[in-house]
Amino acid sequence: MTLDRRNFIKLMGGASSLALAGCATQGPAVSAGSAAEIMPKGSARRVVVVGGGYGGTIAAKYIRMMDPSIEVVLVERNDHFVSCPFSNLYIGGILPDLSSLTIKYDKLVANHGIKFVQAEVTAIDPAAHTVVTSKGTLKYDRLVISPGIDFRTEEIEGYNAQTPEIMPHAWKAGPQTVLLRKQLEAMKDGGTVVLTVPLAPFRCPPGPYERTSMIAHYLKQHKPKSKIIVVDANPDIASKGPLFRKGWDMHYKGIIDYRKAAKVTAINAAGKAVLIEGIDEVKGDVVNLIPPQRAANIAVQAGLVGDDKKWCPINADTFESTKQKDIHVIGDASIAGAMPKSGYSANSEAKVCATNIVNLMNGRPVTPLSGINTCYSYITEGEAISVAAVYASKDGQIIAVPNSGGVSPADWSMVKTEATYAKSWLRNILTEMST
Amino acid sequence: MKQRWSGWALLTGALTISATALAADPGAAMLANACAGCHGTHGGSAGLTMPSLAAQSKTAIVEAMKKFRSGERPSSIMGRLAKGYTDQQIDQLGEFFSKQKLHFTHQQVDAAKAKKGAELQEANCSRCHLDDGKDGKDDTPVMASQWLPYLQMQMELYQSGKRKMPEKMAEKVKPLSKEDLDALLHFYASVNK
Repeated sequence: MTLDRRNFIKLMGGASSLALAGCATQGPAVSAGSAAEIMPKGSARRVVVVGGGYGGTIAAKYIRMMDPSIEVVLVERNDHFVSCPFSNLYIGGILPDLSSLTIKYDKLVANHGIKFVQAEVTAIDPAAHTVVTSKGTLKYDRLVISPGIDFRTEEIEGYNAQTPEIMPHAWKAGPQTVLLRKQLEAMKDGGTVVLTVPLAPFRCPPGPYERTSMIAHYLKQHKPKSKIIVVDANPDIASKGPLFRKGWDMHYKGIIDYRKAAKVTAINAAGKAVLIEGIDEVKGDVVNLIPPQRAANIAVQAGLVGDDKKWCPINADTFESTKQKDIHVIGDASIAGAMPKSGYSANSEAKVCATNIVNLMNGRPVTPLSGINTCYSYITEGEAISVAAVYASKDGQIIAVPNSGGVSPADWSMVKTEATYAKSWLRNILTEMST
Repeated sequence: MKQRWSGWALLTGALTISATALAADPGAAMLANACAGCHGTHGGSAGLTMPSLAAQSKTAIVEAMKKFRSGERPSSIMGRLAKGYTDQQIDQLGEFFSKQKLHFTHQQVDAAKAKKGAELQEANCSRCHLDDGKDGKDDTPVMASQWLPYLQMQMELYQSGKRKMPEKMAEKVKPLSKEDLDALLHFYASVNK
């Protein structure tokens, strides 16, 4: 029994038409899911986890480790996951391919007795505690969604479904990442790369500046007459600013042209041009257009975004949505107070969320959040900088623990060590997600 | 505990609990899970320059964290992170990791060096690095199965004076050659059962 599109929209209420409209500009349009129930729920309590990235894999794993009597179903559209962290090193020509950034799910699900459904989630019905997927519906007692981001392309005049093929964002790792590298490789020496940074908050605050460094690294090695213009909507570099500036001064003078408070309002994709504040045109041979962001379409459809219509407000200890009961939102899509939209944050949030889902399902009191973020950014192949912090919850807010955390020392004394540690960071966090 | 809460939760609903029943402290597992992104699930590391924390003694973890926090032990991010925890929380972290099973790794080592290292371990180090480095006296860290690159980085820090060697260790290390020390590290890395 398959619902047709009209009935599907009716079933899901008005919100879905908004989400579908939003989808029309981004990748394949959302197709109506099948109404047939897959894996009918038995007597065991069930958590469905949507999204097999930095947050979802960890939430699924830790719930099963902490209470194996809870059935966990992980729903993910792909049979593998490609990490955004470190994908800039591939774009910069340092990594030969994406294999070291790619994980499969087979060991994770076997080791922990997680049920895996490879399907696209097309809608969530919070009232009916039902997830609609391309393969059928799933009932849940509690739902965790870690869906990542989608783009507010409607804020850029001239942006359409073809734009990412011409001006890649490469802000979701995979084919887009490969496309950007190919464009750089095809560019003539003496060419110009334009990289545009949206207003914060966006996924991975230091990410655009690490990418700038890695593209500059590539140009310096292979196309030394070329340059990169950074068009940043923010008042200044959004993360690790003084350290990035120091690195750029040391290594990329004359290659990086950084322009702050410059918001892209329109584009001419065919002319490879971006328009800043409707006035200044900047042209590139390669344009890496990173659009402004919000929680992924499915979060919008499910009525999980807050008054800002962008991100999902949550309880600071359980990550339960303040908009929909029994749905927990973790990772980039959530408003997690002081915790940034990073892979490590998603990992840490997933464990806090898992702990408290297990608490709530067993009638135990909520455990207060304790979280960490650690994030490394490469300046060159052998030099990296970091930011780290410890988080706690206070009066319903996630705060950074005072007098802790911070960025790498300004004297550049740790950059080689940190370039080494960053590789172990990646190996450990991907191993946590895949075993 | 479980009984008492479950009845209450059924009556009042889960949302009420989250608002009113916060425990005073996150507790050991909540604190320690956050470390696992870099140190591996339950403190078993897969990263070549990152130590496994699993099965370290409570004292070893507590001492290391406090030295990171004060800056006595050099670090990149550990000093910044250690400042985020109270003494009591550091105790809980130590307690948690001390209860985890030793994490065995399977890494390529030089067999001849490991053999020589085994003899040196027995003759020089075994009074503190107990049971082939699978255990440690007081705050002596567990060495067995740590990744060779991590062990080598730490030995370099000791040799350069950036990390202070305990007096007893300094006495034992002084007469050993560079090759001897390297052999010892190959031995510790090789211990995996």
